[in-house]
Amino acid sequence: MNEIPVSIKINGKQVTASVESRTLLVHFIREQAELTGTHVGCDSSSCGVCTVLLDGDKPVKSCTMFAVMAHGHEITTVESLAPGGVLHPLQQAFWDQHGLQCGYCTPGMLMTSVALLKHNPNPTEHEIREGLSGNLCRCTGYNNIVKSIQQAAGVMSQAIPAAADD
Amino acid sequence: MYTSEFTYHKASSVSDALAQLASNPDAKLLAGGHSLIPTMKLRLASPSALIDVSSLPELRGIRTEGDTIIIGAMTTHRELEFSKVPLLSEVARLIGDPMVRNKGTIGGALAHADPSADYPAAILALNAKIKIQSSSGARVVTADEFFQGMFTTALAPGEMLVEIHVPASVKGAAYEKFAHPASRYAVAGVAVVVHSDGSLRAAVTGAGDHAMRLTKLESEGVSSACKGLVSASDLMGDHFASAEYRAHLVDVMASKALARAK
Ligand SMILES: Cc1cc2nc3c(=O)[nH]c(=O)nc-3n(C[C@H](O)[C@H](O)[C@H](O)COP(=O)(O)OP(=O)(O)OC[C@H]3O[C@@H](n4cnc5c(N)ncnc54)[C@H](O)[C@@H]3O)c2cc1C
Ligand code: FES
Ligand code: FES
Repeated sequence: MNEIPVSIKINGKQVTASVESRTLLVHFIREQAELTGTHVGCDSSSCGVCTVLLDGDKPVKSCTMFAVMAHGHEITTVESLAPGGVLHPLQQAFWDQHGLQCGYCTPGMLMTSVALLKHNPNPTEHEIREGLSGNLCRCTGYNNIVKSIQQAAGVMSQAIPAAADD
Repeated sequence: MYTSEFTYHKASSVSDALAQLASNPDAKLLAGGHSLIPTMKLRLASPSALIDVSSLPELRGIRTEGDTIIIGAMTTHRELEFSKVPLLSEVARLIGDPMVRNKGTIGGALAHADPSADYPAAILALNAKIKIQSSSGARVVTADEFFQGMFTTALAPGEMLVEIHVPASVKGAAYEKFAHPASRYAVAGVAVVVHSDGSLRAAVTGAGDHAMRLTKLESEGVSSACKGLVSASDLMGDHFASAEYRAHLVDVMASKALARAK
């Protein structure tokens, strides 16, 4: 077996393990880091349930990266969103607006939305739908997901008035 | 899904990558992995070694030299989307979804030469040049020489695509695609460029087995009616779109692109 040492900072914590070079990042996150919030759906880069953030602000599909490609990088997963159990404004909004039903797609939806609002704090409905084009949901029909992101954008832009200065 | 086993080598420089490539004919270069990894998962490719060149600083970034923009092969779709490179910024924005654009690179996409990929039409219409390097030296080929067939390019074994050279300014340019509703790949995508000397170049991707120039449109010029530009017998048909339908789409996409470019 072609084992290789891989060290990735996941949600601020360094996770180091020797894995096969063909180990996918999503499996490293779920099995080595034991963070099972990141899901596997299509396993073929189509559905987006495996979305995590690379180096803080870049959403990527962790089923289409080998873990070794993230060696030395930082990964952020859905588990980081609610430190101390306090929901992130996006999580609260998905709850309030019924942005989920079965919840399988939700971790990916949340991570894509976190990055979307970081780049574009006040997206239009069209920009939200474009931004979610790599995330599939088989339950909600998307409307409530769009409403959730609109609610969170409103809450987050009020919460950080300092953002207007930079 | 697991790929077959391989050894992973993170290249420390272009010359290191080329030496690795020369020493193992079965090795493959790894860029963003967004065509290669899905292919390896399906076991349509099982290279014994991967040489990761995605983060080599020599291959990243966009710079201008005189009237030419030089794009490093490992520049991501996302970086191009937010750049000012004529036409390619517009094309990059239409590729896949935000996650695909964060990993996929222009060099990987051109080397892969998927018949439905977006860049090839734009590269042909821009009259771009492709710089190729191997352990024995470098050569530059024109876009017309580069695309040779389905998944087939001018790249020979042991060679690596390092740069894309495009004109820094053009009079007008536009790309219009009819996207597959699930993957966003082009069912038919047409790029039209009016160059600074007034000449017009146009090309189509997605419709045939590889991207090709639209010579009828080019000879008719900006007043072309965009009717019967290609014959269905030269195109691909599949369960999603017949060759006749694709021929119709080429005319429609071409007339939209021409209207915006001229
Ligand atoms: C869900 C999804 C949707 C997509 N939608 C679109 C779309 O709408 N339009 C579109 O155009 N594309 C689309 N793509 C493909 C995407 O653009 C890929 O990023 C691209 O085709 C390959 O680039 P890469 O950097 O990921 O290359 P890789 O997958 O890493 O490499 C591809 C091939 O090129 C070779 N290679 C890589 N770099 C070099 C180099 N420097 N020199 C020589 N050979 C090299 C590799 O060995 C491999 O054979 C999509 C992909 C996915 C997964
Ligand atoms: S599991 Fe990664 S995109 Fe579906
Ligand atoms: S809530 Fe069930 S897939 Fe989205």
